[in-house]
Amino acid sequence: MIRIALAALIIISACGRQSAGPDPIPEINAEDVVSGYSFLTAETQALQDDDFANPGFLWVDRGERLFESTQGVSQSCSSCHSDGLVGAAATFPKIDPASGALINLEGRINMCRKDHQQADQLPYTSDELLSLTSYTAHQSRGMPINVDTIGQAAKHLSAGEDYFFTRRGQFNLSCAQCHNQSWGQKLRGDTISQGHGNGFPAYRFEWQSMGSLHQRLRDCDTGIRAEPLPYGDQTYVDVELYLAARAAGLKLESPAVRR
Amino acid sequence: MIGKPDKHPDFSRRGVLGLGAGLVSVALLPLPAFAAEDDMRAAQVKLFGDRPINVGRVNLKVPPIAENGYSVPVSINVDSPMTSGDYVKRIAIFSPRNPVSHIADFELGPRSGKAEVSTRVRLGGSQILNVIAEMSDGSLWSGTAEITVTLAACIIM
Amino acid sequence: MASIRLSVPSKAASGDVIELKALIQYPMESGYRRGSRGEAIARDIITKFECTYDGEVIFKASFGPGVAANPFLSFHTVATKTGTITFKWTHQHGEVWSDSAEIIVT
Repeated sequence: MIRIALAALIIISACGRQSAGPDPIPEINAEDVVSGYSFLTAETQALQDDDFANPGFLWVDRGERLFESTQGVSQSCSSCHSDGLVGAAATFPKIDPASGALINLEGRINMCRKDHQQADQLPYTSDELLSLTSYTAHQSRGMPINVDTIGQAAKHLSAGEDYFFTRRGQFNLSCAQCHNQSWGQKLRGDTISQGHGNGFPAYRFEWQSMGSLHQRLRDCDTGIRAEPLPYGDQTYVDVELYLAARAAGLKLESPAVRR
Repeated sequence: MIGKPDKHPDFSRRGVLGLGAGLVSVALLPLPAFAAEDDMRAAQVKLFGDRPINVGRVNLKVPPIAENGYSVPVSINVDSPMTSGDYVKRIAIFSPRNPVSHIADFELGPRSGKAEVSTRVRLGGSQILNVIAEMSDGSLWSGTAEITVTLAACIIM
Repeated sequence: MASIRLSVPSKAASGDVIELKALIQYPMESGYRRGSRGEAIARDIITKFECTYDGEVIFKASFGPGVAANPFLSFHTVATKTGTITFKWTHQHGEVWSDSAEIIVT
């Protein structure tokens, strides 16, 4: 089975066109852009759509409790954001006006903790941070992804795009070779998706847990035998922006369920 | 060069590649070997004793193809009036392929009203899942369902 | 603290068969996996579940390592009287988590 998978990847790799060459891998046609949801079985789609049984809601619920809590923080999140953060997650990553840095939801939450809550930074992979991002993302569920890519964000968009089209790892594959060029095709038992991030944080069967988009990117890089970047790495935040721009118009589905 | 026999067939390119793939496969296997059909029978005897098992009355609803073995939905419905004199006492799920055959069991009673239970299970590969229901009169009934578990595209180690 | 979700109808007519659903956040570590350095990861699972309605046990479950992470259960009961329905999970080493919901029966 592993040999079959390797062979399939090598075929993809061999057929791939050079991104920098005269015949680059094209973008997905706007009218063809679909969420990873469309590549799931009916049973998995039903689990995502079940607002009770979708296990991602365990994290959303915990995030709501943390949002209201004053434990370990000088004031609760809700003391400022009394009406919640409806629609906010759909606009991330975004430029922080004070520092000019591009930050994602995880970064923004930790910034609030430092600047307004006199609290420790939550580790990127902590269940607390994942619960808070899940709760916040859920408040944008069903809203179209809508990130700002001009001004100071432009260079981050371009860095993210560059990462997406660059071949890497032992398999010498770029994100684009699977997700722009080969989506809809089979790789072992899976159908290759278009690689959008609109479901994240998402509950993945493979993880048996909720997880962040950076965890997913690390898995992709590991899958092509490339060195994954650290959680929260600026390049991954840039990729996050590029993915969001690439998925513009798709609805945010968090907590989505994925394979 | 043509037709020169390979003097070291064990170290041919194909052999070495095969060996490498074999080692990778071994590394991916869970620690103990899979339970065999015998283990499933032993688990059933442990829970219900060595009584005869009738086929029927137990209906399983599972996806024919599970895209991941870590979380497979299983719904069980047992044909029973669920009255104080005639009800389902226990329902148990067994796997012929998981390292531990006994996945879960459920105790019901006349207060259940309906012998219908759903949960999500782990399956260590494609298999025929086996469910046994014990009735209030002590009789055992069974139902099965075949599930194909597909393999993920990318292997993360 | 484990996150728990319960689904219990707030109201029912006496004699109605109602569906009860429960979900608990727990990794259900099977004991058959290895960590990134090849070390065995010990089994760490919830083994027992019990549901009581006004103090009387109406449903029990016993879990092995083959139950999926974040265990989900759906089962049924006959609505008899207004009261409390309690859901209780017990870990292999005895730790207990529980939560309950009220039902009004007319």
